[in-house]
Amino acid sequence: MKPAPFDYFAPTTVEQALAHLAEHGDEAKVLAGGQSLVPMMNFRLVTPSVLVDLNSIPDLAYIQPDEDGGLRLGALTRHHQVEVDSLVAARMPLLHEAMPKIGYPQIRRRGTLGGSLCHADPSAELAAVSVALNARFRLRSPRGERWVPAQDFFLGLFTTVLQPDELLVEVALPPLPARTGASFLEVARRRHDFALVGVAALVSLDENGGCRQARMVFLSAGDRPMEAHRAADVLTGHAPTPEAIRAAAEIAASDDIDPSSDIHATAEFRRHLAKVLARRALEQACRRAAEMK
Amino acid sequence: MTKTLIGKRVLRNEDPRLLTGQAQFVDDVEIPGLLHAAFLRSDHAHARLLGLDVSAARQRPGVVAVFTAEDMGADWEPGPPLVSPPPTAKDVLFHSRRQVPLAKDKIRHAGEAIAVVIAENRYIAEDAVEDIIVDLEPLEAVVDLEQALHPGSPLVHDDLDSNLAAHLFQKKGDYEAARKQADLVLQRRIIIDRGAAAAMENRGIVADWDERSQHLTIWDTTQAPIPIRNGTAARLGLSENQVRVIAPFIGGGFGPKMMMFYPEELVIPWAAKKLKRPIKWIEDRRENFYATTQERGQIHDVEIALSRDGHILGLKDIFLHDTGAYDPYGLTIPLNTQCHAMGGYDIKNFTTEVSVVFTNKTLVTPVRGAGRPQGIYVIERLLDAASKELGIDPVEIRRRNLIPADAFPYEHGIIDQAFSPLILDSGNYWPVMQKALEMIGYEKFIRDEQPRLRQDGRYVGIGITPFIESTGVGPYEGARVTVEASGKIFVATGVGTQGQGHFTTFAQVVAEQLGVAVSDVRIVSGDTAEFHWGTGTFASRGAVVAGNAIHAAAVIVRRKVLELASKQLDTPEDELELEGGRVRVADIPNRSISLAELANLANPLRGAVEPGTEPGLEATAYFGPRYGATAFGAHAMILEIDPETMMIEIKRYVTVEDCGTVLNPLILEGQIHGGVSFGIGNAYYEKLHFDENGQLLNASFADYLIPSATEMPRIEVGHVETRSPLNELGTKGVGEAGTIPVPALFAQAIENALADRELEILESPLSPNRLYELLSRKEAG
Amino acid sequence: MPKLFDLALTVNGTRFEQAVEPRTLLSDFLRHDLGLTGTHVACEHGVCGACTVLLDGEPVRSCLVFAVQAHGHSVTTVEGLGSIEQLHPVQEAFRQAHGVQCGFCTPGILTTVVAFLDDNPDPSEEEIREALSGNLCRCTGYQHIVDAVQLAAKNIKTAHQQPAR
Repeated sequence: MKPAPFDYFAPTTVEQALAHLAEHGDEAKVLAGGQSLVPMMNFRLVTPSVLVDLNSIPDLAYIQPDEDGGLRLGALTRHHQVEVDSLVAARMPLLHEAMPKIGYPQIRRRGTLGGSLCHADPSAELAAVSVALNARFRLRSPRGERWVPAQDFFLGLFTTVLQPDELLVEVALPPLPARTGASFLEVARRRHDFALVGVAALVSLDENGGCRQARMVFLSAGDRPMEAHRAADVLTGHAPTPEAIRAAAEIAASDDIDPSSDIHATAEFRRHLAKVLARRALEQACRRAAEMK
Repeated sequence: MTKTLIGKRVLRNEDPRLLTGQAQFVDDVEIPGLLHAAFLRSDHAHARLLGLDVSAARQRPGVVAVFTAEDMGADWEPGPPLVSPPPTAKDVLFHSRRQVPLAKDKIRHAGEAIAVVIAENRYIAEDAVEDIIVDLEPLEAVVDLEQALHPGSPLVHDDLDSNLAAHLFQKKGDYEAARKQADLVLQRRIIIDRGAAAAMENRGIVADWDERSQHLTIWDTTQAPIPIRNGTAARLGLSENQVRVIAPFIGGGFGPKMMMFYPEELVIPWAAKKLKRPIKWIEDRRENFYATTQERGQIHDVEIALSRDGHILGLKDIFLHDTGAYDPYGLTIPLNTQCHAMGGYDIKNFTTEVSVVFTNKTLVTPVRGAGRPQGIYVIERLLDAASKELGIDPVEIRRRNLIPADAFPYEHGIIDQAFSPLILDSGNYWPVMQKALEMIGYEKFIRDEQPRLRQDGRYVGIGITPFIESTGVGPYEGARVTVEASGKIFVATGVGTQGQGHFTTFAQVVAEQLGVAVSDVRIVSGDTAEFHWGTGTFASRGAVVAGNAIHAAAVIVRRKVLELASKQLDTPEDELELEGGRVRVADIPNRSISLAELANLANPLRGAVEPGTEPGLEATAYFGPRYGATAFGAHAMILEIDPETMMIEIKRYVTVEDCGTVLNPLILEGQIHGGVSFGIGNAYYEKLHFDENGQLLNASFADYLIPSATEMPRIEVGHVETRSPLNELGTKGVGEAGTIPVPALFAQAIENALADRELEILESPLSPNRLYELLSRKEAG
Repeated sequence: MPKLFDLALTVNGTRFEQAVEPRTLLSDFLRHDLGLTGTHVACEHGVCGACTVLLDGEPVRSCLVFAVQAHGHSVTTVEGLGSIEQLHPVQEAFRQAHGVQCGFCTPGILTTVVAFLDDNPDPSEEEIREALSGNLCRCTGYQHIVDAVQLAAKNIKTAHQQPAR
C-alpha cells in the first residue's frame, strides 16, 4: 500500500507554508503528524500532488498559560506533550482526561493538536473537547488572521471552515468557571479504537449545589462534535438530582445527537450508549464540582 | 536413561537472531536485479470480465512487464486440488473447482487477481496497476449461504447447476431410534461467521530463475515448502531438483499459509522464468484481507436427544459450510466440524450432513481451529440448553457424558480429515475438567462470590468448556540427523516453522538422545534442498509427526554412535553413556571419546571399510501415525459485563490441557496463550463483514479488531499428561488448543453473567452491539 | 521523472546521505535502501506497530513517516539496540521470558519498550499493557511479553544500583 507520487515542501516559516498553499490550492495537503493523513495516502484514498510539511517550522508547538487563567497551545503541539503537561492537568482536567484515549501511544508521539482538529473526524476526542471548552482557534492566511470559535469551526464530516490557503496556528482555551467539574467518557471496542460514542461533560455548581451551567459535547454521534443544547437546558439552573441528570441524558440521546450506523454499532445502540455515558459523565462531573471549593 | 531435556523449559535457540532483527523473512531477501510485482485485483465480487487494456500500464517508465490470463497462454491453468474428498467416505458428492492464476472470463470474489505488473519497485508497480482499464459486467453476488442454494440463485460456477460444492452424509448408530427413546429433544439453529488468520506477516514470494544453471529458487511464506516445490516443478516442466523452495523465518502461519497454490504462487515463478529476472511479491495488509484464505462461516440446524438424567442419547447436525469461491481444500474443515460435534462425550448415535456452498467471497481453508471450534460450539451450546431444561447443573451434565478413562481407544466410526475412522486414542477427561474447576474456584464462586457481586449490582459470570482436539495427523514427516565433524548435530526436516519453537523443541528431542547441549543442535526446516519428503505444518502436527521422525532418526544415530564408540573404547555398549558431547564409560570418566572424533572416524579419508558400512553418523527416518492423536482440555473463565454498555472484562482465565508428553513447557504455554488470544478475538472482537454485494467492509486493522495487550487477561495454564500410545514420544499436538473452546465459553459465561435476562446465545462472534440487539429483542418479547 | 530529495540522516549512530523520492516511506527506506530489515512492515496504516522505530528517541510508526521527514534527524532501529553477541537488557529479558514466538512483531515492541522503560522505569502491569496497546501480536497473547518487560525493568534497575567499580 504505497502512496501516489507528490511534490514535497518543508517550509521553515508559516509565511512560506501559506505561500505554498496559496499556490497549489486544492492540490495540496498539509502534513503535520501524519497519523491520519498518511494512512489515507497509503490506501490511496487521498492522492494530493503537493504535500506541505509543517514539521520544520519552529515555535508552532507550545503550551503557555494565559494571564486570565486559560491556556494557549500551538497547533503543532504533539498529543504526548499535552498528555504529560502539568498546566493542562491543573487548568484543563477535561482535556487531560481525554488525552490518553487518543489512539495508541506511538500515535500520540507524532500526532498534533492542530492536525487532529483540522482533520475533523467526528470521532476525534479533541474536536469534542475543544467545543466543550469554548476553545477559539487562530487561523492564518495570506490575507491575515481570524479567530473562529470551536463550535463554528466544524462544518461536517472531515470538513472545517479552513480555506485551502489557511492554517490553524493556535488554540486558545479560556479558563473554566469556578467550581466546574469535568468528565470525559467514551466506549470503544478495544481500549484505543475509535470511540463508538464519547462525551465531554462540564458541570458548574453554584454555592447551593445547584447547577449554574451544564455542557455536554458528544463524539461519534453525528457528522461533527454534537453539542447537547436541549440537555443542557434541562439541567442549567436546576438542582442536579439523579432524576434531572437522567432526564438530561435521555434528551441528549434522543434529541441532541444524530448518530449513524456502521459495522461496529447501529445508530440505535449509539443512542443507547450516549444516554448511558451522558448520565455517568454528568454524575461524575457533578461529584467533582461538589468536591471543589 | 533419565529424561533430562524432554519437558524442560529450555530457552529458544532461535531467539537471538529474532530479537536483533537478524532473522531472514521473505521480504528481507534481496537479489541483484530484483523486480517487484503488484496485482490488479477485482473490486467486484461477481462479474464477467469482458476486456482488459494494459497498454498504458506497459508504457509507464519503470514497468518491465504486465501479464494477464491471455498472456499466460497454455501455461494458464487452475491450481491443483490440495485435498481430495475422503476416498473412504460412502455418501460423498464433490465438485472440485480451484483457484486460477489470473481471472479469465469471470471474477468470483472481491480481490481476485486479474493482472500482474512487474516493475522496478513496488511504488511504480502500484502506479501502473491504476493505469489498467478493466471492462466488467457486474453480476449479482452470491453471499448468503441459504439463498445460495435457492433455485434461481446466481451461480458462482456456471458449469454447475447450483452452488452446491459438496455434500457429505455420515452416521454412527441410529439417531432416529435414539430420538424415540428420549425424554427431551432440543432443536437449535446456530450461526457462526467468518474470521481471518491475520498473521502479522503478510504473504510473500520471491522467485529467482537462473537461466545458466537452469535452476529456480523460491522463497515463500508457506507452511508447505515441499509440495510447493513439487507442484511448481511439475507445472513449469522442470525436474524437482531444479527447484528449491525455502520457507525462511515465517511471521505466523495459523493455517492460510498452508493453502496452496495461491494465484501468486502460480504466477510469480512463471513470470520469473519468463522474464529471466528475479521477482518479489509481498502482499500488503489490504490484500491479505481479500486474497488470503479465511474460515468459520457455517449455519447449523442441530438436534440433541437426552434422557431425563441428562445422558445424551443421540445428536443430529445438519449444516451448511461456506467454502467461498473455490474449494481446493476438499472437506477438511467440515470433517473436523463433524468429528468435534460430539466433543469428548460418549455419544453412540450421531447423524450429520454437510452441504458445502460456493459463495462470491474469499476462499475458505483452515484457520487455527479449522472447523473444530464450530463443532465444539454446537455440542457445548446444546448441553447448556439441556442443562437449563432438565434442571441439571451444567458441570454435572458434562461429567455424566464425558468418555470415561477406561473406554479408550474410543471408536466413533465416522471418517475424519485424514480419511480414517475417528478413534480417540487416549485420554483422562474428567480429571482435566476437575482441575480447571479447582483452579478457577468454580464452586466457591457460584456459591459465595457471585451472589455477593450480584447484590452489589455487578454482573459477573463463570463458564467451563471441555473440548477435544484432533492433532498429529498423518500422512508422515521425515528427518535426517547427522553428527558433524565438529561434534555438533545437524538436523534437517521438511516441516516449516512459523514461531512454534521447532528450532528448540526438535533440538531437545535430539539432544536427549545424543547427550549434547540443546544449543549445539542446528535445525534446518523448510528448505527443500536439505530435505524434500513431507507435507507441512498444519493440524497441530509439527511436534508430533516431525518430532517423532526426528526422534526415530536420533535413536538410530545414537545406536551407531554407541556401536562405534564401543569398538573404540573396547567396552560393551550397555556400559557407555552419552553426555556433554562425549561417550564415556560409566564410572570411569577419563575413558571417553568425543562425538567429533567418532564422526571423523566414521568418515575416513583413507583405508578400507567393511562391506555394507554406511559412512558417517547419520540417519534418516520417517514417522506416520496410524491415526491422529486426540488431545483434551478444559477452559474456564470469569467475566464481568457492564449490562448497559455491553463492555466486558475478563477477570480470570484458566486452561488445563492434556496434550500427552510435553516437550517444552515454556513453548507450550506460549502456544496456549496465543491460541486463547486468537479464540478471544474469534469470540468477541473479530468478524469479517461482507455486504450483500460481497464487498468486505472491514479490510484493515482499524476495523478488523484483533485483541491487543489491554484486552487480554493473564492466562493460568494447568497441565495433565496422558501419554499417547500412538508414538514413541507419547506426545499430542497443541497448536490449536487455545482457540477451540473460546467462543462456546464466552457464550456460556455471558449467559451466566446476565442470568436474570435469560438470554440464549446461539451465534459467534459476539460484540457489544450484537448483545444489545439480542437483549433488546428478548425484552421486546 | 520524480523530483528527488537529498536526504541526510543518522541511523543507529551512522550518517547516511541518499537522494530519495518524497513518497518513500521511512519503513521502506530503512529496509530496502539501507538494508536494515529488522524493522518489519505488517499493515502500512499505523495500527499494528510492527514498524515502530525511535525518531529522536521517540517511538513512532515508520510506515506513517516519509523518509524525507527524517532529514536532519536521528533514527534508532532494532539493529541499534543490541547484537547477538551483546543483547540489550530488554532483548535479553525477552529471551528469558519467552516473549518471542514468530518474531515478526518483536522489533517494533522492543523499540517501544526501550523508550517506555526510559520514561517509566518502574511500571505496573496495567501501565505495561497500556504502553503495549499499540503493538499487535498474533502469536503470544502478550503474557510473556508483559513478563519480559517486568523482568527487563527489574534487571535494568538492579544494574543501575550496582556500585560503580
